[in-house]
Amino acid sequence: MYAFAYQRPATVRQVQSALGKHEDAKILAGGQTLLPTMKQRLAQPSALIDLGHVAGLTAIEKKGRNIVIGAMARHADVATSELVREAIPSLAALAGGIGDPAVRNRGTIGGSVANNDPSADYPAAVLALGATIVTNKRKIAAADFFQGMFTTALEDGEIITKISFPVPAKAAYVKFPNPASRYAMVGVFVSKKGADVKVAVTGASNEGVFRAEGLEAALKAKFNPKAVEGVAVDGSNFISDIHGTADYRANLVSVMTKRAVTKALGK
Amino acid sequence: MISVSMTVNGKAVSAKIDPRTLLVQFLRENLLLTGTHVGCDTSQCGACVVHVDGKAIKSCTTLAASCDGTSVVTIEGLAHDGVLHPMQEAFRENHGLQCGFCTPGMIMSAIDIVNRKGHDLDEHTIREELEGNICRCTGYHNIVKSVAAGAHAMAGSK
Repeated sequence: MYAFAYQRPATVRQVQSALGKHEDAKILAGGQTLLPTMKQRLAQPSALIDLGHVAGLTAIEKKGRNIVIGAMARHADVATSELVREAIPSLAALAGGIGDPAVRNRGTIGGSVANNDPSADYPAAVLALGATIVTNKRKIAAADFFQGMFTTALEDGEIITKISFPVPAKAAYVKFPNPASRYAMVGVFVSKKGADVKVAVTGASNEGVFRAEGLEAALKAKFNPKAVEGVAVDGSNFISDIHGTADYRANLVSVMTKRAVTKALGK
Repeated sequence: MISVSMTVNGKAVSAKIDPRTLLVQFLRENLLLTGTHVGCDTSQCGACVVHVDGKAIKSCTTLAASCDGTSVVTIEGLAHDGVLHPMQEAFRENHGLQCGFCTPGMIMSAIDIVNRKGHDLDEHTIREELEGNICRCTGYHNIVKSVAAGAHAMAGSK
Protein backbone atom coordinates (compact mmCIF):
# COMPACT_ATOMS: atom_id res chain seq x y z
CA MET A 1 0.00 0.00 0.00
CA TYR A 2 1.01 3.57 -0.53
CA ALA A 3 1.14 5.66 2.63
CA PHE A 4 -2.02 7.38 3.81
CA ALA A 5 -3.24 9.40 6.76
CA TYR A 6 -5.75 7.60 8.96
CA GLN A 7 -8.63 8.94 11.00
CA ARG A 8 -11.20 7.22 13.11
CA PRO A 9 -14.01 9.72 13.79
CA ALA A 10 -16.90 9.09 16.17
CA THR A 11 -19.72 10.89 14.35
CA VAL A 12 -20.94 11.31 10.77
CA ARG A 13 -20.35 15.06 11.09
CA GLN A 14 -16.71 14.43 11.97
CA VAL A 15 -16.41 12.10 8.98
CA GLN A 16 -17.70 14.82 6.72
CA SER A 17 -15.27 17.36 8.13
CA ALA A 18 -12.35 14.91 7.84
CA LEU A 19 -13.25 14.27 4.19
CA GLY A 20 -13.19 18.04 3.61
CA LYS A 21 -9.67 18.33 4.99
CA HIS A 22 -7.99 15.79 2.74
CA GLU A 23 -7.99 15.85 -1.00
CA ASP A 24 -8.51 12.29 -2.32
CA ALA A 25 -9.62 10.96 1.02
CA LYS A 26 -11.60 7.74 0.95
CA ILE A 27 -14.10 6.32 3.38
CA LEU A 28 -13.14 2.94 4.85
CA ALA A 29 -16.19 0.83 5.69
CA GLY A 30 -15.53 -2.93 5.86
CA GLY A 31 -12.52 -2.59 3.57
CA GLN A 32 -13.06 -5.92 1.81
CA THR A 33 -12.73 -4.28 -1.61
CA LEU A 34 -10.84 -1.08 -0.80
CA LEU A 35 -7.95 -2.69 1.10
CA PRO A 36 -7.19 -5.35 -1.58
CA THR A 37 -7.33 -2.57 -4.19
CA MET A 38 -4.88 -0.49 -2.18
CA LYS A 39 -2.60 -3.46 -1.54
CA GLN A 40 -2.30 -3.90 -5.28
CA ARG A 41 -1.54 -0.18 -5.54
CA LEU A 42 -4.54 0.32 -7.79
CA ALA A 43 -5.78 3.06 -5.48
CA GLN A 44 -3.83 5.72 -3.62
CA PRO A 45 -6.09 7.66 -1.28
CA SER A 46 -4.34 10.41 0.67
CA ALA A 47 -6.36 9.51 3.74
CA LEU A 48 -8.69 6.80 5.01
CA ILE A 49 -11.59 7.90 7.14
CA ASP A 50 -12.63 4.79 9.05
CA LEU A 51 -16.39 4.47 9.72
CA GLY A 52 -15.80 1.54 12.08
CA HIS A 53 -16.15 3.62 15.23
CA VAL A 54 -18.97 5.92 14.10
CA ALA A 55 -22.01 5.37 16.28
CA GLY A 56 -25.46 4.61 14.94
CA LEU A 57 -24.66 3.12 11.53
CA THR A 58 -25.30 -0.57 12.15
CA ALA A 59 -28.98 -0.79 13.15
CA ILE A 60 -31.44 -2.91 11.19
CA GLU A 61 -35.00 -1.71 11.81
CA LYS A 62 -38.54 -2.03 10.52
CA LYS A 63 -40.07 1.36 9.82
CA GLY A 64 -43.62 1.17 8.51
CA ARG A 65 -43.46 -0.97 5.40
CA ASN A 66 -39.71 -0.59 5.01
CA ILE A 67 -36.68 -2.42 6.30
CA VAL A 68 -34.01 0.15 7.06
CA ILE A 69 -30.43 -1.09 7.19
CA GLY A 70 -27.53 0.95 8.55
CA ALA A 71 -24.64 1.50 6.15
CA MET A 72 -22.17 -0.31 8.41
CA ALA A 73 -24.34 -3.42 8.84
CA ARG A 74 -22.10 -6.33 7.89
CA HIS A 75 -23.23 -8.86 5.30
CA ALA A 76 -23.42 -11.46 8.09
CA ASP A 77 -25.70 -9.14 10.11
CA VAL A 78 -28.12 -8.74 7.20
CA ALA A 79 -27.99 -12.46 6.36
CA THR A 80 -28.89 -13.48 9.92
CA SER A 81 -31.24 -10.62 10.87
CA GLU A 82 -34.64 -12.02 11.89
CA LEU A 83 -36.29 -8.83 10.62
CA VAL A 84 -34.75 -9.11 7.16
CA ARG A 85 -35.26 -12.86 6.94
CA GLU A 86 -38.93 -12.44 7.70
CA ALA A 87 -39.73 -9.36 5.60
CA ILE A 88 -37.33 -9.70 2.63
CA PRO A 89 -35.83 -13.22 2.73
CA SER A 90 -34.36 -12.69 -0.75
CA LEU A 91 -32.23 -9.85 0.62
CA ALA A 92 -31.02 -11.94 3.56
CA ALA A 93 -30.15 -14.77 1.17
CA LEU A 94 -28.26 -12.39 -1.12
CA ALA A 95 -26.20 -11.09 1.81
CA GLY A 96 -25.47 -14.67 2.90
CA GLY A 97 -24.10 -15.47 -0.55
CA ILE A 98 -21.50 -12.69 -0.74
CA GLY A 99 -17.84 -13.75 -0.51
CA ASP A 100 -17.19 -16.23 2.30
CA PRO A 101 -18.06 -16.24 6.02
CA ALA A 102 -15.00 -14.24 7.11
CA VAL A 103 -15.55 -11.65 4.37
CA ARG A 104 -19.22 -11.40 5.38
CA ASN A 105 -18.13 -10.61 8.93
CA ARG A 106 -16.34 -7.45 7.68
CA GLY A 107 -17.95 -6.31 4.41
CA THR A 108 -20.80 -3.78 4.70
CA ILE A 109 -23.90 -2.96 2.70
CA GLY A 110 -22.97 0.74 2.52
CA GLY A 111 -19.50 -0.03 1.21
CA SER A 112 -20.81 -2.36 -1.45
CA VAL A 113 -23.46 0.07 -2.66
CA ALA A 114 -21.12 3.09 -2.62
CA ASN A 115 -18.47 1.18 -4.59
CA ASN A 116 -20.96 -0.03 -7.23
CA ASP A 117 -18.71 -2.79 -8.50
CA PRO A 118 -20.25 -4.11 -11.74
CA SER A 119 -20.21 -7.65 -10.28
CA ALA A 120 -21.43 -6.79 -6.77
CA ASP A 121 -24.64 -8.40 -5.52
CA TYR A 122 -26.18 -5.63 -3.40
CA PRO A 123 -26.71 -3.07 -6.20
CA ALA A 124 -29.11 -5.53 -7.88
CA ALA A 125 -31.23 -5.73 -4.72
CA VAL A 126 -31.19 -1.98 -4.16
CA LEU A 127 -32.34 -1.33 -7.72
CA ALA A 128 -34.89 -4.13 -8.02
CA LEU A 129 -36.48 -3.40 -4.66
CA GLY A 130 -36.69 0.34 -5.41
CA ALA A 131 -34.72 1.16 -2.27
CA THR A 132 -33.84 4.64 -1.07
CA ILE A 133 -30.24 5.51 -0.24
CA VAL A 134 -30.08 7.87 2.73
CA THR A 135 -26.96 10.01 3.06
CA ASN A 136 -25.83 12.71 5.46
CA LYS A 137 -27.23 15.21 2.96
CA ARG A 138 -30.30 13.78 1.23
CA LYS A 139 -32.30 10.78 0.10
CA ILE A 140 -31.52 9.28 -3.29
CA ALA A 141 -33.83 6.91 -5.16
CA ALA A 142 -32.09 3.74 -6.37
CA ALA A 143 -33.07 4.60 -9.94
CA ASP A 144 -31.00 7.80 -9.72
CA PHE A 145 -28.14 6.39 -7.64
CA PHE A 146 -26.27 3.95 -9.90
CA GLN A 147 -24.63 5.79 -12.78
CA GLY A 148 -22.36 3.24 -14.42
CA MET A 149 -19.49 1.01 -13.35
CA PHE A 150 -17.97 2.25 -10.04
CA THR A 151 -19.97 5.48 -10.44
CA THR A 152 -22.80 6.71 -8.23
CA ALA A 153 -24.75 9.89 -7.49
CA LEU A 154 -22.69 10.40 -4.32
CA GLU A 155 -20.98 13.77 -4.19
CA ASP A 156 -17.76 14.72 -2.44
CA GLY A 157 -18.24 14.59 1.31
CA GLU A 158 -21.45 12.60 1.00
CA ILE A 159 -21.73 9.52 3.21
CA ILE A 160 -24.34 6.77 3.00
CA THR A 161 -25.87 6.37 6.45
CA LYS A 162 -28.64 3.85 5.72
CA ILE A 163 -30.63 2.19 3.00
CA SER A 164 -34.39 1.80 3.15
CA PHE A 165 -35.97 -1.18 1.38
CA PRO A 166 -39.72 -1.32 0.73
CA VAL A 167 -41.01 -4.81 1.47
CA PRO A 168 -41.97 -6.58 -1.78
CA ALA A 169 -44.75 -9.11 -2.23
CA LYS A 170 -42.42 -11.55 -3.95
CA ALA A 171 -38.72 -11.37 -4.68
CA ALA A 172 -35.68 -13.54 -5.37
CA TYR A 173 -32.04 -13.22 -6.33
CA VAL A 174 -30.17 -15.82 -8.34
CA LYS A 175 -26.60 -15.54 -9.53
CA PHE A 176 -24.26 -17.58 -11.66
CA PRO A 177 -20.99 -17.40 -9.76
CA ASN A 178 -17.68 -17.56 -11.55
CA PRO A 179 -16.43 -21.01 -10.53
CA ALA A 180 -13.07 -19.63 -9.33
CA SER A 181 -13.72 -16.18 -7.89
CA ARG A 182 -17.38 -16.79 -6.94
CA TYR A 183 -18.22 -13.27 -8.16
CA ALA A 184 -21.48 -13.06 -10.08
CA MET A 185 -20.91 -13.51 -13.80
CA VAL A 186 -24.56 -12.60 -13.94
CA GLY A 187 -26.91 -12.01 -11.04
CA VAL A 188 -30.61 -11.20 -11.41
CA PHE A 189 -32.84 -9.77 -8.71
CA VAL A 190 -36.57 -9.96 -9.47
CA SER A 191 -39.21 -8.27 -7.33
CA LYS A 192 -42.98 -7.98 -7.54
CA LYS A 193 -45.20 -5.57 -5.68
CA GLY A 194 -48.80 -5.19 -6.82
CA ALA A 195 -48.73 -4.86 -10.60
CA ASP A 196 -45.14 -3.59 -10.60
CA VAL A 197 -42.27 -5.90 -11.50
CA LYS A 198 -38.62 -4.92 -11.40
CA VAL A 199 -35.71 -6.93 -12.81
CA ALA A 200 -32.19 -5.73 -11.98
CA VAL A 201 -29.12 -7.34 -13.51
CA THR A 202 -25.58 -7.25 -12.12
CA GLY A 203 -22.32 -8.70 -13.46
CA ALA A 204 -23.29 -8.45 -17.11
CA SER A 205 -23.05 -4.90 -18.38
CA ASN A 206 -20.13 -2.56 -18.95
CA GLU A 207 -22.43 0.07 -17.44
CA GLY A 208 -22.80 -1.82 -14.15
CA VAL A 209 -26.15 -2.76 -12.64
CA PHE A 210 -29.23 -2.04 -14.81
CA ARG A 211 -32.96 -2.68 -15.09
CA ALA A 212 -33.98 -5.10 -17.85
CA GLU A 213 -37.06 -3.36 -19.16
CA GLY A 214 -37.99 -5.95 -21.78
CA LEU A 215 -38.04 -8.67 -19.15
CA GLU A 216 -40.00 -6.44 -16.79
CA ALA A 217 -42.71 -5.84 -19.42
CA ALA A 218 -43.04 -9.56 -20.10
CA LEU A 219 -43.21 -10.38 -16.39
CA LYS A 220 -45.75 -7.62 -15.71
CA ALA A 221 -48.01 -9.32 -18.29
CA LYS A 222 -47.48 -12.68 -16.65
CA PHE A 223 -45.28 -13.34 -13.62
CA ASN A 224 -44.13 -16.75 -14.68
CA PRO A 225 -40.77 -18.20 -15.80
CA LYS A 226 -42.28 -19.06 -19.19
CA ALA A 227 -42.92 -15.33 -19.81
CA VAL A 228 -39.14 -14.85 -20.04
CA GLU A 229 -38.85 -17.15 -23.03
CA GLY A 230 -38.65 -15.30 -26.30
CA VAL A 231 -37.70 -11.98 -24.70
CA ALA A 232 -34.52 -10.79 -26.41
CA VAL A 233 -31.73 -9.60 -24.10
CA ASP A 234 -29.55 -6.97 -25.75
CA GLY A 235 -25.95 -7.92 -24.99
CA SER A 236 -24.32 -5.31 -27.20
CA ASN A 237 -22.83 -3.47 -24.22
CA PHE A 238 -22.13 -6.54 -22.09
CA ILE A 239 -18.80 -7.55 -20.60
CA SER A 240 -16.74 -9.94 -22.74
CA ASP A 241 -13.72 -11.43 -21.02
CA ILE A 242 -11.87 -14.71 -20.49
CA HIS A 243 -14.75 -15.91 -18.30
CA GLY A 244 -17.46 -15.51 -20.92
CA THR A 245 -18.52 -13.61 -24.02
CA ALA A 246 -21.22 -10.93 -24.10
CA ASP A 247 -23.57 -13.40 -25.81
CA TYR A 248 -22.94 -15.97 -23.09
CA ARG A 249 -23.77 -13.37 -20.44
CA ALA A 250 -26.91 -12.31 -22.36
CA ASN A 251 -28.08 -15.93 -22.29
CA LEU A 252 -27.26 -16.13 -18.58
CA VAL A 253 -29.52 -13.10 -17.97
CA SER A 254 -32.49 -15.03 -19.39
CA VAL A 255 -31.64 -18.20 -17.50
CA MET A 256 -31.03 -16.43 -14.18
CA THR A 257 -34.25 -14.40 -14.58
CA LYS A 258 -36.24 -17.59 -15.12
CA ARG A 259 -34.67 -19.15 -12.05
CA ALA A 260 -35.28 -16.01 -10.00
CA VAL A 261 -38.97 -15.89 -10.98
CA THR A 262 -39.34 -19.57 -10.16
CA LYS A 263 -37.73 -18.97 -6.79
CA ALA A 264 -39.84 -15.85 -6.13
CA LEU A 265 -42.96 -17.95 -6.75
CA GLY A 266 -41.69 -20.38 -4.14
CA LYS A 267 -41.47 -23.26 -6.57
CA MET B 1 2.35 6.91 13.17
CA ILE B 2 -0.84 6.28 15.09
CA SER B 3 -1.46 4.48 18.35
CA VAL B 4 -3.58 1.37 18.71
CA SER B 5 -4.60 -0.60 21.75
CA MET B 6 -6.32 -3.94 21.77
CA THR B 7 -6.55 -7.15 23.71
CA VAL B 8 -4.78 -10.07 22.05
CA ASN B 9 -5.28 -13.52 23.53
CA GLY B 10 -6.35 -11.93 26.79
CA LYS B 11 -3.39 -9.57 27.10
CA ALA B 12 -3.64 -5.81 26.64
CA VAL B 13 -1.26 -4.55 23.97
CA SER B 14 -0.63 -1.13 22.53
CA ALA B 15 1.78 0.23 19.97
CA LYS B 16 2.56 3.07 17.62
CA ILE B 17 2.17 1.84 14.07
CA ASP B 18 2.14 3.01 10.49
CA PRO B 19 -1.56 3.33 9.49
CA ARG B 20 -0.85 0.87 6.65
CA THR B 21 -0.12 -1.96 9.09
CA LEU B 22 -2.46 -4.86 8.46
CA LEU B 23 -3.76 -6.77 11.44
CA VAL B 24 -1.79 -9.84 10.36
CA GLN B 25 1.42 -7.80 10.17
CA PHE B 26 0.75 -6.36 13.59
CA LEU B 27 0.22 -9.83 15.05
CA ARG B 28 3.23 -11.41 13.36
CA GLU B 29 5.77 -8.61 13.32
CA ASN B 30 4.93 -6.50 16.37
CA LEU B 31 3.68 -9.22 18.68
CA LEU B 32 5.67 -12.12 17.14
CA LEU B 33 2.52 -14.25 17.04
CA THR B 34 3.56 -16.07 13.89
CA GLY B 35 0.92 -18.78 14.12
CA THR B 36 -1.36 -16.63 11.98
CA HIS B 37 -0.17 -17.13 8.42
CA VAL B 38 -0.18 -15.13 5.22
CA GLY B 39 -1.01 -17.41 2.33
CA CYS B 40 -2.48 -15.57 -0.63
CA ASP B 41 -2.51 -12.04 0.83
CA THR B 42 -5.65 -11.41 -1.26
CA SER B 43 -8.37 -12.52 1.21
CA GLN B 44 -9.06 -15.78 -0.56
CA CYS B 45 -7.12 -18.53 1.24
CA GLY B 46 -8.07 -17.99 4.88
CA ALA B 47 -4.65 -18.85 6.38
CA CYS B 48 -4.81 -15.49 8.19
CA VAL B 49 -8.22 -15.96 9.87
CA VAL B 50 -8.39 -14.73 13.47
CA HIS B 51 -11.30 -13.74 15.70
CA VAL B 52 -12.03 -10.07 16.32
CA ASP B 53 -14.66 -9.56 19.02
CA GLY B 54 -15.63 -13.20 18.59
CA LYS B 55 -16.02 -13.19 14.82
CA ALA B 56 -13.76 -14.80 12.23
CA ILE B 57 -12.17 -12.28 9.88
CA LYS B 58 -9.29 -12.23 7.42
CA SER B 59 -6.48 -10.39 9.14
CA CYS B 60 -4.69 -9.74 5.83
CA THR B 61 -7.63 -7.58 4.76
CA THR B 62 -8.14 -5.59 7.95
CA LEU B 63 -6.11 -2.66 9.20
CA ALA B 64 -4.69 -3.07 12.68
CA ALA B 65 -5.86 0.50 13.30
CA SER B 66 -9.48 -0.53 12.65
CA CYS B 67 -9.17 -3.08 15.46
CA ASP B 68 -8.46 -0.47 18.11
CA GLY B 69 -10.39 -1.33 21.24
CA THR B 70 -11.28 -4.84 20.14
CA SER B 71 -10.46 -8.25 21.54
CA VAL B 72 -8.47 -10.46 19.16
CA VAL B 73 -7.95 -14.20 19.49
CA THR B 74 -5.33 -16.01 17.41
CA ILE B 75 -4.40 -19.67 17.17
CA GLU B 76 -1.92 -19.09 20.03
CA GLY B 77 -4.83 -18.12 22.28
CA LEU B 78 -6.68 -21.42 22.06
CA ALA B 79 -4.65 -23.89 24.12
CA HIS B 80 -4.60 -23.42 27.87
CA ASP B 81 -2.06 -24.84 30.34
CA GLY B 82 -0.60 -27.15 27.72
CA VAL B 83 -4.01 -28.62 26.83
CA LEU B 84 -5.09 -28.20 23.23
CA HIS B 85 -8.48 -26.67 22.39
CA PRO B 86 -10.95 -29.43 21.41
CA MET B 87 -10.87 -28.27 17.80
CA GLN B 88 -7.05 -28.43 17.73
CA GLU B 89 -7.18 -31.87 19.32
CA ALA B 90 -9.72 -33.00 16.70
CA PHE B 91 -7.43 -31.91 13.85
CA ARG B 92 -4.58 -33.88 15.48
CA GLU B 93 -6.71 -36.98 16.09
CA ASN B 94 -8.24 -37.01 12.61
CA HIS B 95 -5.06 -36.17 10.74
CA GLY B 96 -6.72 -32.95 9.51
CA LEU B 97 -3.49 -31.51 8.16
CA GLN B 98 -0.47 -32.39 6.10
CA CYS B 99 1.90 -29.44 5.71
CA GLY B 100 -0.06 -27.47 8.31
CA PHE B 101 0.16 -24.08 6.65
CA CYS B 102 -3.60 -23.56 6.37
CA THR B 103 -4.34 -25.18 9.74
CA PRO B 104 -4.40 -22.09 12.00
CA GLY B 105 -6.96 -20.44 9.70
CA MET B 106 -8.92 -23.67 9.32
CA ILE B 107 -9.18 -24.05 13.09
CA MET B 108 -10.16 -20.41 13.70
CA SER B 109 -12.82 -20.67 10.97
CA ALA B 110 -14.00 -24.04 12.30
CA ILE B 111 -14.58 -22.59 15.78
CA ASP B 112 -16.47 -19.70 14.18
CA ILE B 113 -18.68 -22.21 12.34
CA VAL B 114 -19.47 -23.97 15.62
CA ASN B 115 -20.24 -20.61 17.26
CA ARG B 116 -22.71 -19.79 14.48
CA LYS B 117 -24.12 -23.18 13.51
CA GLY B 118 -23.90 -25.29 16.63
CA HIS B 119 -22.25 -28.58 17.48
CA ASP B 120 -24.04 -30.93 15.15
CA LEU B 121 -22.60 -30.14 11.74
CA ASP B 122 -23.26 -32.24 8.65
CA GLU B 123 -20.64 -32.66 5.96
CA HIS B 124 -22.42 -30.38 3.49
CA THR B 125 -22.60 -27.51 5.98
CA ILE B 126 -18.93 -27.85 6.89
CA ARG B 127 -17.83 -27.88 3.25
CA GLU B 128 -20.00 -24.85 2.41
CA GLU B 129 -18.83 -22.91 5.44
CA LEU B 130 -15.14 -23.59 4.71
CA GLU B 131 -15.51 -21.78 1.38
CA GLY B 132 -13.06 -19.11 2.47
CA ASN B 133 -10.30 -21.51 3.58
CA ILE B 134 -8.10 -23.20 1.05
CA CYS B 135 -5.94 -26.28 1.67
CA ARG B 136 -3.56 -27.45 -1.06
CA CYS B 137 -2.57 -30.77 0.53
CA THR B 138 -5.36 -32.77 2.06
CA GLY B 139 -8.24 -32.73 -0.38
CA TYR B 140 -10.27 -31.50 2.63
CA HIS B 141 -11.60 -34.91 3.58
CA ASN B 142 -9.89 -35.18 6.94
CA ILE B 143 -10.38 -31.48 7.60
CA VAL B 144 -14.15 -31.96 7.30
CA LYS B 145 -13.96 -34.97 9.64
CA SER B 146 -11.88 -32.93 12.08
CA VAL B 147 -14.35 -30.04 12.14
CA ALA B 148 -17.30 -32.38 12.76
CA ALA B 149 -15.42 -34.16 15.58
CA GLY B 150 -14.16 -30.86 17.03
CA ALA B 151 -17.67 -29.43 17.01
CA HIS B 152 -18.95 -32.38 19.05
CA ALA B 153 -15.99 -32.21 21.40
CA MET B 154 -16.59 -28.50 22.00
CA ALA B 155 -20.12 -29.32 23.22
CA GLY B 156 -18.64 -31.69 25.80
CA SER B 157 -15.97 -29.29 27.00
CA LYS B 158 -18.33 -26.49 28.02
